[in-house]
Amino acid sequence: MMHLRRVNGSTPAAPRGPVLSVRDLNVAFHTRHAPLVALDGISFDVAPGEVLGVVGESGAGKSLTGAAVIGLLEPPGHIAGGEVRLNGQRIDNLPAEAMRRLRGRHIAMVFQDPLTSLNPLYSVGAQLVETIRAHTTLSEVEARERAIALLGEVEIQDPRQRLASYPHEFSGGMRQRVVLALALCAEPALLIADEPTTALDVSVQAQIIALLKRLCRERATSVLLITHDMGVIAEAADRVAVMYAGRIVEIGPAREVLQNPQHPYTQGLMGAIPSLWSGRDRLVQIPGAMPSLAAIPSGCAFHPRCPRAFERCHIARPEPRRIGASQAACWLLCEEAEARA
Amino acid sequence: MIARASRSAQRTASGLLAGIGRMFRAWWAQMRNTDLVRSFFDSRLAVAAALAVLAMALAAMLAPAIAPQNPYDLASLSLAEASLPPAWIHAGDARYLLGTDDQGRDILSALLYGTRSSLVIGVSAVLLSAAIGVTLGLWAGYAGGRAGALIMRIADVQLTFPAILTALIIDGAALAIFKSYRMEGNRFAVLIIAIGLAGWVQYARTVRGAALVERSKDYVAAARLIGIGPLRIMFHHILPNTLGPVLVLATINLALAIVTEATLSFLGVGLPPSQPSLGTMIQIGNQYLFSGAWWMVAFPGLALATLALAVNLLGDWLRDALNPKLKP
Amino acid sequence: MLAFAIRRLLEALAVILAVALIAFVLFRFVGDPVNQMVSQDASLEDRLSLRRELGLDDPILLQFARFVGHAARGDFGVSYQMKQPVVNLIAERFPATIELALAALLIALAAGIPMGVYTAIHRDSWVSKSLLVLTVAGVSLPTFLIGILLIYLFAVVLHILPAFGRGEVVSIGFWKTGLLTTSGLRALVLPAMTLSLFQMTLITRLVRTEMLEVLRTDYIRFARARGLTERAINYGHALRNTLVPVVTVIGLQFGSVVAFAIVTESVFQWPGMGLMFIQAVQAADIPVMAAYLILVGFLFVTINLAVDLLYLRIDPRLRAGAP
Repeated sequence: MMHLRRVNGSTPAAPRGPVLSVRDLNVAFHTRHAPLVALDGISFDVAPGEVLGVVGESGAGKSLTGAAVIGLLEPPGHIAGGEVRLNGQRIDNLPAEAMRRLRGRHIAMVFQDPLTSLNPLYSVGAQLVETIRAHTTLSEVEARERAIALLGEVEIQDPRQRLASYPHEFSGGMRQRVVLALALCAEPALLIADEPTTALDVSVQAQIIALLKRLCRERATSVLLITHDMGVIAEAADRVAVMYAGRIVEIGPAREVLQNPQHPYTQGLMGAIPSLWSGRDRLVQIPGAMPSLAAIPSGCAFHPRCPRAFERCHIARPEPRRIGASQAACWLLCEEAEARA
Repeated sequence: MIARASRSAQRTASGLLAGIGRMFRAWWAQMRNTDLVRSFFDSRLAVAAALAVLAMALAAMLAPAIAPQNPYDLASLSLAEASLPPAWIHAGDARYLLGTDDQGRDILSALLYGTRSSLVIGVSAVLLSAAIGVTLGLWAGYAGGRAGALIMRIADVQLTFPAILTALIIDGAALAIFKSYRMEGNRFAVLIIAIGLAGWVQYARTVRGAALVERSKDYVAAARLIGIGPLRIMFHHILPNTLGPVLVLATINLALAIVTEATLSFLGVGLPPSQPSLGTMIQIGNQYLFSGAWWMVAFPGLALATLALAVNLLGDWLRDALNPKLKP
Repeated sequence: MLAFAIRRLLEALAVILAVALIAFVLFRFVGDPVNQMVSQDASLEDRLSLRRELGLDDPILLQFARFVGHAARGDFGVSYQMKQPVVNLIAERFPATIELALAALLIALAAGIPMGVYTAIHRDSWVSKSLLVLTVAGVSLPTFLIGILLIYLFAVVLHILPAFGRGEVVSIGFWKTGLLTTSGLRALVLPAMTLSLFQMTLITRLVRTEMLEVLRTDYIRFARARGLTERAINYGHALRNTLVPVVTVIGLQFGSVVAFAIVTESVFQWPGMGLMFIQAVQAADIPVMAAYLILVGFLFVTINLAVDLLYLRIDPRLRAGAP
């Protein structure tokens, strides 16, 4: 299998530091009145070959994070501060054409609904060949062969025949496989997967996640896996970041965060997951709902819903604090640490 | 049966008016400070268009009071004063501000009366289209059945023809009837009926769609349970909920009705020169274009263009403002 | 798909029959075939025998069947005004209208589609905004006013184009064309421009709306995420998806072009079917009116059918009967 990174001369320097580095990223929306802050100081890294999960309820800002990284924020949304670095180089302030060259080739993104992600009027083969030829110097014939190979890799039967099929002739799961093939055909360093399994049948979800893991591991592609589904995180993520109201409240190795959550919100999320073995007869529910962008609470955004909030929580916003291998932004941790000290 | 039909017609009319009245009052109370009203005053185009329409409508309605001459009164016309240019040109006469046509009619007066004719015919035709279309649409949507399917079939057939052609045919048929029975028909009424009948289809389709949706809602089932008859359900309950898109349709249709009347008059099958509308005036003036009497075409043309543009702009604004998809 | 096509065919036939019915009613009951054909002082016996000759006392359904039979063979009776078989009049006028309609449609497409695409891609440029204002004018202003304006500008003031008529025509078989002579082409310019304006603005607005919708879809977003050039996205993907629904509307517009030709032909005294029709309405010439109605109805229905079948071909989703 051809590894384009060896062939194409314009690769970024061999990754030593994190593939993706986001620092204090702010995303805001211009409105008639005041600008609405949708992402408020997001910071995280993605190491080479790692799968970082981004999890949270709807409206937490997960998809916006992905869109901001790849430069596809819909106006009036815009990056209002902070920086995004890909393999050490800043990409948030690149001109449009330079950003376009990065997309597909160094950063790729797949979206939630595979049916609407593919152009219904073009055959799958045509769309694959077009994308391949946009990023390589392959001829039409060579690109077709590569497309067939890709379809085989994503486990589509009879890839040679299927090149001429149209998107509506595939099932949901198979379409998502095609979407993955399209995203990975130029072998990007980073893949952003925005709810890749949400629109699929449960039975198919596991297959797609397994496929995603395999393909990315084989190519040493890092993944920013955005989802609201903890099960997907447990299956696929190496590390996970928990988002709430546009901020990251906890980030750490997946195992740690899932089994030993530090932040009250994460604890609430874990408690809300039904389990066959925990012997609980009620699901724990977090009272209230995620605040709207126009009404983010002062201090810690979670304090109105937090069972353990105290005075400091509505005054100042907590900074992320190291706790074991994770980090969490909660005043309780400072208190406890101080108490222990 | 005629009694029942006229009762239904009365109900439709009162239902429409009551619905519109209620809707307007509630709507204005809600809307005063909302985005819709604000977007209206923000959009300079919409405000300008509304002012233009208001001004022209006012002038037209007051025509008998403010026109210097009554162009319908053939006795007051004098051929000696025919084809005079506007007053500010050397050969013009101060009494005829915008000049005269080939029969000696004062262009300004004819303009005022003509605008009035155009507006009266346009608005009446739209009301007729709306009344027919809304009633048939409600029936087809709510009562459905074979009658409903037939109505929609007829609508489909009529929709294959452009409205102007339908209006032309009806108008032509009426003229032929008048001619063969050697009678002087009421051209006003004929035009209103022709244009009105040409335009009902859109209303029927829109209202039918809305009625189908409303029919399955709870409040309708509740009303039926209480024993309210179908007619009352249709006109007092379902109708008000479908008036929004009907309003947009009516505004856009008004521009079309005005232009259709002008076109029919221009073609010589609308209002005659003795009761000229803007279209008729343009047709008369067209014959003298080459001989340099530009004022006979220019002023009615300008008036017609302004009216059509203004009403269209209002309709456009209204449609965009009420369109949920375009909200940011 | 075959079932769909057959059903559409039957529906089309039904519509044509309905139109023929209206034309028949017009022909038989609005006009009085006898009164128009004899002089004022014809005797009662002459009238009665003429009635029997024309079969006017037979059952209505039979008369209708006869009427349809005649129409299918191209016999539409004799014009009251011109005293000629209607079908001759139509044959004479048909080429003029078709040439005008096709020229207008061509202009409308050639100008409208690029303008629509431009205003969709460059939404906020002042060029786009002024174009959009012009389109409102194009949609609201009556066709005859635009025609008169153009005549005034180009014929009266500038003297560079003729104000009426068709110019010289060349006969190819039975078809008299004005496309092969300079005077014919010059005479075509103003009428075609006038007729095309309304369509052009409609097409511009339609293409713009469709394209804006398409540009917001997920597959365009994904195409961007794959790093395809703006050019490939706008013209390769977005345009193709935009044109598919637009094509159907354009096909349907041909019908209204033929109808609006009535007005344009009147303004420019263009010797086509439209002018013939309006002269028939002015003179209450029922046979011509009825014939025009049937012909135009047939034309519209055929075009609608053709467009439906064409749509089946270009949208692969419909071919397989897919969801």
